[in-house]
Amino acid sequence: MAADASVSVSEGHAPHLPEPSGAGRWRRHAVTAIFLGPALVFLAVWIVYPTIRTVIRSFFDRSGDNFVWFDNYKTLFTSDTLVKAIENNAIWLAVVPATVVAIGLIFAVLTERIRWSVAFKIVVFMPMAISLFAAGVIWHIMFQKDPDQGAVNAAIKVARDAVVPAGVLTSANASTPGLRGDPDQGFVLRAPLRAGATATMGLTAIPPAQVPAGAKQAVPPRGEAGKITGVVWRDFRPGGGKPGVVERGEQGIPGATVNLQDANGKVVKTETTGDDGSFTFAGVGAGSYRAAIDKDTFAKPFDGIAWLGPKLITPACMIAYIWVWAGFSMVVIAAGLSAISREVLEAARTDGATEWQVFRRITVPMLAPVLSVVFVTMLINVLKVFDIILSVAPGSSQDDANVIALAMWRTSFGGVNDFGLGSAIATFLFLLVIPALLLNVRRFKRES
Amino acid sequence: MEAATVPAQRRVEAPVAPRPQESWFAKVGRYAAKLPLQLLMAAIALLWLIPTLGLFLTSLMPAGSIAEQGWWKVISHPSQATFDNYNALFDNNDLTKALVTTAEIAVGNTLILVVAAALAGYAFAWLEFPGRDVLFVVVIGLLVVPIQVALIPIFSLYNSAGLFDTVVGLVLFHVAFGMPFAIFLLRNFFAGIPKDILESARIDGASELRIFFRLILPLGLPAIASLAIFQFLWTWNDLIVALTFGRNTQPITVAIFSQLRQFGTNIELIAPASFVSLALPLVVFLAFQRYFVQGLLAGSVK
Repeated sequence: MAADASVSVSEGHAPHLPEPSGAGRWRRHAVTAIFLGPALVFLAVWIVYPTIRTVIRSFFDRSGDNFVWFDNYKTLFTSDTLVKAIENNAIWLAVVPATVVAIGLIFAVLTERIRWSVAFKIVVFMPMAISLFAAGVIWHIMFQKDPDQGAVNAAIKVARDAVVPAGVLTSANASTPGLRGDPDQGFVLRAPLRAGATATMGLTAIPPAQVPAGAKQAVPPRGEAGKITGVVWRDFRPGGGKPGVVERGEQGIPGATVNLQDANGKVVKTETTGDDGSFTFAGVGAGSYRAAIDKDTFAKPFDGIAWLGPKLITPACMIAYIWVWAGFSMVVIAAGLSAISREVLEAARTDGATEWQVFRRITVPMLAPVLSVVFVTMLINVLKVFDIILSVAPGSSQDDANVIALAMWRTSFGGVNDFGLGSAIATFLFLLVIPALLLNVRRFKRES
Repeated sequence: MEAATVPAQRRVEAPVAPRPQESWFAKVGRYAAKLPLQLLMAAIALLWLIPTLGLFLTSLMPAGSIAEQGWWKVISHPSQATFDNYNALFDNNDLTKALVTTAEIAVGNTLILVVAAALAGYAFAWLEFPGRDVLFVVVIGLLVVPIQVALIPIFSLYNSAGLFDTVVGLVLFHVAFGMPFAIFLLRNFFAGIPKDILESARIDGASELRIFFRLILPLGLPAIASLAIFQFLWTWNDLIVALTFGRNTQPITVAIFSQLRQFGTNIELIAPASFVSLALPLVVFLAFQRYFVQGLLAGSVK
């Protein structure tokens, strides 16, 4: 690799300088070498030489002794874990750069309208300063499955419980054959009811600990004209008791949801039972009805989404990653935004354009170059995703969260230690960034 | 960040300011109209703060209660909070040693990089030599080369050269992979220094080295500061390089990573260690955010 370095340096020594005096020329070459030498040695030894070596190594087997043509590349595109890594990276490429640009654009436009924009930008930009690895630890904690531990699931639970409250019971059986059904469907009394009738709906197989708090002695219903009254109770007392009969020591089930269905099975009334398990449907018209305990009574409490499980681990990692990079996108786009002429925007507004039209027709097109810089930068970053997956994904779902850069590392250093295959993965990654490399070079040439 | 926002803010406020005769009623109305936006932005800012806050509060929870309750319970029961975990952390030799190693790597490679890249940046900006433009294009091309491409050959090289598992080995690797961006950033900044200043120094007979130390370095200080902060944070935060070329030479990220393999049993160690590992970058960022953002804007191609 020392040879590589001197090759690069020698470009600076090339003998056709337009300078006549020999001594002066050598002096200038020496000065150039002093300035350029250290940097070029680093580039040559640690980047250029290893890149070439890696490409060559990728055609050799694990031991490094046998030339195997494209065998490693065949493995790369057929092995289950590696194909999974490539697929995941494709998802990352499709989702993350576009999302980061969109969020950055929205934030950049919105911050222009508030007075505390500097504070806002600092807050959103802050994750950029910390390591992706630590950011991953942060989100690992956020994404814990138990809603009592993971903040994300805790927030979802609050929202969900407001819409679909958890039922008062988790499971139960009917105490008599007169009541049919199960907790998943709800329970319906077989016997049709008319106004003035009573409905006694006994449930068993409810552990004492599951009886809702505040439950009182159940009271047998008394028929009332024009109403259907009833009770839902725990038809069991120490020693057994008689099924279907409300007895001393048997508790009502408070908070159960009961329905009154008409002859067609359509729910016409819904009530909630009181502390003694009683309920009353008032104003019942002519005809026959059925009483039922609604399945909502047995609705399972929210026990958390498995963010870190095999199915959702990639979205979970992407959320953490977007959280980190949104600030970068916002700051770069905001800088571009502040360079747009205000006169143009004001002129459009004076001409009666709505804010949306100004955004869509003027702001976004004028920002296009900046947006594309952020987009391309994010494409490259996403190809190199590594640290955040190691810290967000628990060991059990790292195979499901795998990406190319991580697969390369695990293949080469994570126990398998196959340098041939590892080199092939690295070369593949290198090939993927080459378009970005060419884009950078083209942009530079255009600018200079 | 300030540099980027101040002009924008001024322009937005400009049409609002000259309205002296506006009644307080109209003023209230104007603020009320902005209220939904204010609330939305406050909610977003919270969303960006909460995760880090969550890590901090987790690190304050007693070891036994972390598995039983969420960190937000600490807000309503502040008496539960304790610094015991931090005491345990700083009593743990592995982790304190890791912090020292991290600092050695981050400071060492930043110093070497700044010197080497400043010299090269000057050469690319102001010295004339054949092949200069081609070489610079190569440097730009190297900007995007993924670290993965170098891992295996350097691993073998370090093993035979005795650099494996040493701070020096890690430092040199970081210098090399920081180099393309550093040269790119500094060359562009140096090229913007007025030509007259350099020409007159050369006519006065100053040597190139003298020009570099007396003129370029002082004038280029803002860009050098940007680069130094960037590289310091970048290498402080590194995981993959240290994971590959170190065993016992562990920076803090690797030390946490080896704890993470038993996650759930020792979060009382992981949470404070993670928070310590990100506290310094946060302070550096908040103190020097202007330079940080300038560097970012100058080279958002990495």
